[in-house]
Amino acid sequence: MSGPVLALVALAGDVPDRGSLEVLRLARKVAGAIGAPLEALVVADAAAGRAASGSLAGSGVTTALVVDHPGLTPDHPDGWAASVAQVVETRRPEAVVGIGTERGNDLLARVAARLDLPLAANCLSVEPGERYRLTRQRWAGSLLEDCWLDAPVRLLTVAPNTVPVEAADASPTPSVEAVPVTLTDADLAVHVTGREAPDRGRISLIDARVVIGGGRGVGSSEGFADLEELAGLLGGAVGGSRVVTSAGWRPHSDQIGQTGLRIAPDLYIACGISGAIQHIVGCKAAKHILAINMDAESPIMNVAEYAVIGDLHTVVPAISAEIRRRRAVEA
Amino acid sequence: VPATGGRILLTTDGSAIDTRHLGFPVSPHEECAVEEAVRIVEGQGGSTAVLTLGPVEAEEQLRDAMAIGIERAVLLETDGTDWDPVATAGAIVDATRAQEAASGPFDLILFGNESADSGGFQVGIRVARALGRPIVTGAKGLSVGDGKATVRREAAGGGWESFELPLPAIVSVKEGINLPRYPSVPGRLRARKKEIERSTPERRAGGLEKIVLRLPQEEVTSATILGQGADAAPAVVDLLAKIGVLDR
Ligand SMILES: Cc1cc2nc3c(=O)[nH]c(=O)nc-3n(C[C@H](O)[C@H](O)[C@H](O)COP(=O)(O)OP(=O)(O)OC[C@H]3O[C@@H](n4cnc5c(N)ncnc54)[C@H](O)[C@@H]3O)c2cc1C
Ligand SMILES: Nc1ncnc2c1ncn2[C@@H]1O[C@H](COP(=O)(O)O)[C@@H](O)[C@H]1O
Repeated sequence: MSGPVLALVALAGDVPDRGSLEVLRLARKVAGAIGAPLEALVVADAAAGRAASGSLAGSGVTTALVVDHPGLTPDHPDGWAASVAQVVETRRPEAVVGIGTERGNDLLARVAARLDLPLAANCLSVEPGERYRLTRQRWAGSLLEDCWLDAPVRLLTVAPNTVPVEAADASPTPSVEAVPVTLTDADLAVHVTGREAPDRGRISLIDARVVIGGGRGVGSSEGFADLEELAGLLGGAVGGSRVVTSAGWRPHSDQIGQTGLRIAPDLYIACGISGAIQHIVGCKAAKHILAINMDAESPIMNVAEYAVIGDLHTVVPAISAEIRRRRAVEA
Repeated sequence: VPATGGRILLTTDGSAIDTRHLGFPVSPHEECAVEEAVRIVEGQGGSTAVLTLGPVEAEEQLRDAMAIGIERAVLLETDGTDWDPVATAGAIVDATRAQEAASGPFDLILFGNESADSGGFQVGIRVARALGRPIVTGAKGLSVGDGKATVRREAAGGGWESFELPLPAIVSVKEGINLPRYPSVPGRLRARKKEIERSTPERRAGGLEKIVLRLPQEEVTSATILGQGADAAPAVVDLLAKIGVLDR
């Protein structure tokens, strides 16, 4: 008989978080394909895990596993890795599925290192078989790799925001089982020792409805004044390409792209940005993209929905002036 | 990694990126890891080494690291095909042990948080486990002293969290931890004369095997041109109104 498929579930309050819904969906498909039961290991303290079990109804989970260990909090990366590794050893799953966020990949990589198993990070699809055939993301999703995963237990993470989440079906609330784990001092040695609250105040790039991005074409840190002015008029935020953060024109926290932020505003205005794939992966979730660029042949023209050809230092102030003019007429 | 510009081109058999016309910068996280090592040693003394596993051409990137102040460089030479994370980590562990046996232990080993091209999110963690050292990933702040490393990173729900690790430790870093310097001309000249330690590592079986690479299905659109220069402003503002972002 085959072992279960194990889904790692993290909580937002007392329901699975968005990434865990994707994990459950993919894990359920794998379980269905191989005729295995689907079990969920809740990565939270046992009381929260028990409280959340009702919210796992409708996702096909037969058993919710909670880890009963006093000193273990979600702040202990190795404590959780040791716990998952022990659950793998006792329940012998066919596959373990987690979420491909930074923390999710960190956790399963630690599990993989402990069990000396391969790990496939950021998968989009899985075909089980003697070897599993996977599609996974490389280059932050700009490139896909089809590959074989050949291992006694298949460890994989799901690329976030790629699996459509299904509505719950009639499957019942899972039974809850507490799993004992043994943790050493070394497993609990690495843990969070301090916290700082997020800086509030200016509109964050993540939350802004309009983001104005500046690239090499802006020319200098002073050159961003034109972009700031337009952002101010639209209640938006200013970000940029890696060229502008590497040059020190803007802080790295403003960088959009593969090694910066992923944003999803209603409108992204890319000013003096050529459209390198490493930048585009950070802004392609925008509903609309407007490019302002001197070069009508620039690769950004194949990504943007709208474009203005011209010098951004002429175009951007003209847009601000037109907004002011219309607002003055209305007032 | 290859600097791919606006579009990735694959070889006709889909086995690799067509890199014939591309430059190969060190990718951002790793560039920051190198800079961080140089800064730590500038601040409190000690010595530094850089290591890469890759084809002989990767010598150039090792020299870039030496040009900003890394003292020693180690090349684990491959035929340039992809190594999976288990194989890569195994070779790095062997090389680290050999280095430590010859030149003494490393207090700190820095990795990038994830490789830009393959994105396995695991090599540093595997090396840490094999060497029995603590690791924290995603560092955007690092200080070393009193036998420990203090790491600051962005918390999953916003804000920041910190960790303390007893040395020897391993930390994987992200771009933004520092602003890497550009190498100076004398730095480059000095680096060109330096010896690189080479070896040919053994490749162990990993369990992940590439079949083929492909590009995601994304529509290539062609932008609607709203106009040229300042004259386009009214059309742009009409667009802002149409998509509902003009009125705050
Ligand atoms: C592993 C890796 C990760 C990376 N991560 C990121 C990342 O997270 N984010 C990121 O942005 N990049 C990233 N990059 C870098 C990326 O590959 C590009 O080098 C970068 O995005 C280019 O920035 P740019 O468009 O501002 O500059 P350029 O490519 O130089 O483009 C400048 C553009 O401005 C236009 N222009 C010039 N002057 C004007 C003017 N006055 N008015 C209007 N238009 C003008 C030009 O026509 C051109 O299109 C990464 C690279 C690698 C290898
Ligand atoms: N071929 C390699 N040579 C040297 N370091 C590597 C190599 N591959 C991965 N690494 C290191 O391991 C980190 C994580 O890689 P990965 O697990 O592939 O995401 C990278 O940021 C590098 O610091």
